[in-house]
Amino acid sequence: MPKKEINSKAAPKPKKDQTTLAVKPESKLEEIQSSRERKNVLMQGNEAVAYGALDAGVNFFAGYPITPSTEVAEILANELPKRGGVFIQMEDEIASICAITGASLAGAKALTATSGPGFSLMQEGIGFAKITETPCVVVNVQRMGPSTGMPTSPAQGDIMQAKWGSHGDSPAIVLYPASVKESYELTIRAVNLSEKYRTCVILLLDEVIGHMREAVRLPDMANVRVINRIKPTVPPNWYKHYDENQKYLSPLASYGEGYRFHVTGLTHDSHGFPTNKSGEAGDMMERLRKKISYNMRDLVQIESYQMEDAKIAIFTAGITARAAKAAIAMARHEGIKVGLLRPLTIWPFPDDAVRKMLRNVETVIVPELNQGQLIHEIQRLTKDKSESNLIPLQRVNGQLITPNDILRKIKEVS
Amino acid sequence: MANIPQRIIHEYLRHDKKFPHVWCAGCSNGIVLGAIIRAIASLNLDRDDIVMVSGIGCSSRMPVYVDFNTLHSLHGRSIAYATGVKMHKPNLKVIVVTGDGDCTAIGGNHLIHAARRNIDLKVILINNNIYGMTGGQCSPTTPHDAIATTAPYGNIEPDFNVCNLAMGAGASFVARTTAFHVLEMQSIIKDALEHPGFSITEVISACPVIYGRLNKKGGAPQMMKDFRDNSIPLAAVDKLPPEKVEGKIVRGILRREIRPEYSSEYTSLVKRVQASGGE
Amino acid sequence: MAKNYEIRLSGSGGQGLILAGIILARAAVIEKRRVTQTQSYGPESRGGYSRADVIISDEEIYFPEATNFDCLLALTQEACDVYLYDLRESGILIIDTTFVKNLALAAENTYELPFTDIAQEKLGSPITTNIMSLAFLVQLTGIVKPGSLKQSIAESVKPAFIDVNYKAMELGFELAKKYKK
Repeated sequence: MPKKEINSKAAPKPKKDQTTLAVKPESKLEEIQSSRERKNVLMQGNEAVAYGALDAGVNFFAGYPITPSTEVAEILANELPKRGGVFIQMEDEIASICAITGASLAGAKALTATSGPGFSLMQEGIGFAKITETPCVVVNVQRMGPSTGMPTSPAQGDIMQAKWGSHGDSPAIVLYPASVKESYELTIRAVNLSEKYRTCVILLLDEVIGHMREAVRLPDMANVRVINRIKPTVPPNWYKHYDENQKYLSPLASYGEGYRFHVTGLTHDSHGFPTNKSGEAGDMMERLRKKISYNMRDLVQIESYQMEDAKIAIFTAGITARAAKAAIAMARHEGIKVGLLRPLTIWPFPDDAVRKMLRNVETVIVPELNQGQLIHEIQRLTKDKSESNLIPLQRVNGQLITPNDILRKIKEVS
Repeated sequence: MANIPQRIIHEYLRHDKKFPHVWCAGCSNGIVLGAIIRAIASLNLDRDDIVMVSGIGCSSRMPVYVDFNTLHSLHGRSIAYATGVKMHKPNLKVIVVTGDGDCTAIGGNHLIHAARRNIDLKVILINNNIYGMTGGQCSPTTPHDAIATTAPYGNIEPDFNVCNLAMGAGASFVARTTAFHVLEMQSIIKDALEHPGFSITEVISACPVIYGRLNKKGGAPQMMKDFRDNSIPLAAVDKLPPEKVEGKIVRGILRREIRPEYSSEYTSLVKRVQASGGE
Repeated sequence: MAKNYEIRLSGSGGQGLILAGIILARAAVIEKRRVTQTQSYGPESRGGYSRADVIISDEEIYFPEATNFDCLLALTQEACDVYLYDLRESGILIIDTTFVKNLALAAENTYELPFTDIAQEKLGSPITTNIMSLAFLVQLTGIVKPGSLKQSIAESVKPAFIDVNYKAMELGFELAKKYKK
């Protein structure tokens, strides 16, 4: 091997510490996690997302500031360096999703946070993470309107974007919290599911959930269930980056560990090499679909609230479900039998639970802060539309749907 | 360096997997691939520690052929993906192989910010002045008046000087060579690989089948001769009268300076924060 | 049905109402009550409208936005005009007469003081009007204990600003105690 030579004319001599490759200091993630005092505190939704990410083991954040999600980035900018993790503010949201995907391939647990406009910019990268089965989490704190809209006002307009926003068919795992505590819990779940299913998992928050403060006591780390990706145990030359024998949940090697695998956004075979063969391409697409559809029991999470005797059901998520609960309390006070079905996992859609609901109630009210998104999913599951009384309640002006709005609708239909 | 036998290349290729390659006869991409591999071999770098990241385009097909950790990413985004890899595992050598369209059109934003951060990525930009894979559309380096399928009456846009762009953005290592100057290319890439910071090596390359035909460049051998005849080494620039420099490809390491590297800076920040207990 | 105590603090951006809301909510957490704090504000950090809602309860709070206020603090005419209609019957209205000159309708429990002028005069700056009027509200409604408010202030503002906020708080308590309807 020839001796290292520095062009004496052009190159100044590098300082010693700069010639050696940088090595990151040791991670103190677990140490800090377990030492944190877990008392009852007033916490914001976005703050809960940040601490949920840290407790789930996220050690890499790349993002771009955007209201109303910026607190997530700001908190992680403070907290990740303490723990030996990486925070980097990228030049845009496109770079952010790419950086977290690259970091994940190198072995990081990676997350970014944004809002609708940035989420749109990330869609191509989300598709890449899905086709390459690379774990990562995108938090989208939704705001109102297309384009800049009302950056500090709530809306639930990205429900369909979260599912269909990226190009081509791809399955989606999308979680939707309704409280500060749930923002913490579902962030952990989002990271866990991304690691387990090797995909980009999306966490949708309403602006008002992201900015709301509530009293929360975070659990002790001993009570936090953290899932890490399965690492390969086979020697490198046996390794398949997409192991079809592993029931759709295959081990994942990281760059720099001797496996030297290939990752491409082209359709690929089980080794990860590009293929144009329709059989292999079809298998790959099926694999992406099946790893979600074969695991519905694990993925779907719903809250069924006072549904046992309900004649009227309200189906909604996030902040609107909280208005629904308040409305239900008022309606039941007046003797009206009404309940709530709330998806915590919004995609894959809880088809079975909705079918059961449709069988058991006379009327379904679907309040949502958009011009009609969730309601179409219910419609899809309604065999005879005339039989089912499906009532929309929609608002997109930056204001919330209030308990009284829902109560009025309940009274109209009861 | 020149004596490294040909089979060295084969040791670094996935020759049993993805060959024959997709590149046309006369394409310069294979020459650049050979130079990269010989430069890596001459430094005796461990293959497990090398990550090759690319975007979309002819040159971006390179990673699939080499036996490193490889990432064939999205169009224009290779530097952003590479940033993620490098920041999580700073001990890895991260090489970005990209083209003129990939790096300076759709990926221009990532290029300038990576240069500004001085993150230790080794960008090798293979500039063939055209979008070859998709059949010959205009790129930001397509020369003024040149023909492309999307500039059928001649390109009216000025072209980017990629090296000036990178230097303007603060790149700490900037070099240019051509596909004809194979040994120089290998030597520059070796220097680039050793440079502790962001490096960009522009390789002026030949696309005889698309760019060459559209612009009547006379085939691969003629294009290579043109690179030989129409380029001058940086050292000669000062000695020649300006009219002899005008319009020539200037080859060599145009800038090499040491300044704080981003992943090292971040590491120092982490150490500082941890030492102070986050205060 | 859960009995929630709903408070809206309203005015314009820069008056520190969201911080006041956080401090009140934190005081409720100190007392181990259930609480939600939400806000609505324009995209700018100065000017525009701003409001903070705090709901305090001993039971689960479903909807976090105040819709039928037990207490409304209005520091600007505009806020008073918009939100007065949602004040509960017999709810408490506190207005800053420095800026609020007209009442669109009469509320039976109205407390009016030129908070901003008082802050300027007694504390040398209008900057702590938020804490002074919040302390006034707390003393008047008894929704949290004065001691909890004090502790919450200490936990919520930078150490260098604790004293000035304490002064504003004490002044707010005094004003409420002395207030003659």
